[in-house]
Amino acid sequence: MRANDEDILASAEEWRRAGRDVAIATVVETWGSAPRPVGSRLVIDGEGNFLGSVSGGCVEGAVVTEALDVIESGAAKLVSFGVADETAWQVGLSCGGRISVFVEKVA
Amino acid sequence: MKLETLAALNAARRARRAALLVTSIADGTERLVDPAALATDPLAAHLDLALRTGKSALVEEGDAQYFISVQTPPLRILCVGAVHISQALVPMARQLGHDVIIVDPRTAFATPERFPDVPLYAEWPDAIIPELGIDRYTAVVLLTHDPKIDDPALHIALRSDSFYIGALGSRKTHAKRVERLEAAGFSAESIARIHAPIGLNIGAVSPAEIALSILGEITASLRLKPDGSRA
Repeated sequence: MRANDEDILASAEEWRRAGRDVAIATVVETWGSAPRPVGSRLVIDGEGNFLGSVSGGCVEGAVVTEALDVIESGAAKLVSFGVADETAWQVGLSCGGRISVFVEKVA
Repeated sequence: MKLETLAALNAARRARRAALLVTSIADGTERLVDPAALATDPLAAHLDLALRTGKSALVEEGDAQYFISVQTPPLRILCVGAVHISQALVPMARQLGHDVIIVDPRTAFATPERFPDVPLYAEWPDAIIPELGIDRYTAVVLLTHDPKIDDPALHIALRSDSFYIGALGSRKTHAKRVERLEAAGFSAESIARIHAPIGLNIGAVSPAEIALSILGEITASLRLKPDGSRA
């Protein structure tokens, strides 16, 4: 992780300390030509504001939706996106790669 | 992720310390691993690889999946010698994403005109380097050719965790350097850490080519295992 991703974690901490609900989404696995490497992060608050990226724009919208669920339930989840995935046809990766994203709440 | 864990990661980064976080994919439980004490960890081999390469990874242990998140400080190149090669090295190192610091007590060399926008210390290495600190993410590059300046820096570097130590000079120059280091009490094993003559053998002639060969050697030290295979 370099400066960019690191600033994102600093923001996550600030947001949480300011009383906002926060979730962190992390790319944990990639196949094919995925746009962002393993370890890339997206930080999301309870109102859907976000920082960072997990795909360079292709699936961030869907990850934010998952993050809002995780904030609500408190339970972490692993979500996958790619051309083989039914939902991914709507929000998929145009490059043809696949990624798994781990979404967790900051408690 | 617990807020305490997040705070610990952020604190480690501010202090230029590496951090390793292991998260269970099944239930989201997590633990921070001390990079200095990972040998006894059940995931030791995976953790060691992540720390060395700086790459986070999903790993399997038995039936369980864990995500190892590694956070390493930016690499730093401590250049002793504000010389022509260092001038060529600065922009190339930046392209690679490395920070550069220049130390040279000779004020005619260490000028802001020659090194704009670079942390530049016109001081003796033994006076300033202990303050700057050399950690395992710091490469030390000795380029003055002058034992009065290079040797004190080398003494400090050899006692540090630096991942790369290189010294400019011919084989003959290096043989004399080795004699001086032996006389100063350094072991053969310790002296063998020095890359000399410095840089990959690419037939480099110009300052820019020598800088390229040095940065190639630094990259190899970072990315390859000791046996030369890809990490």
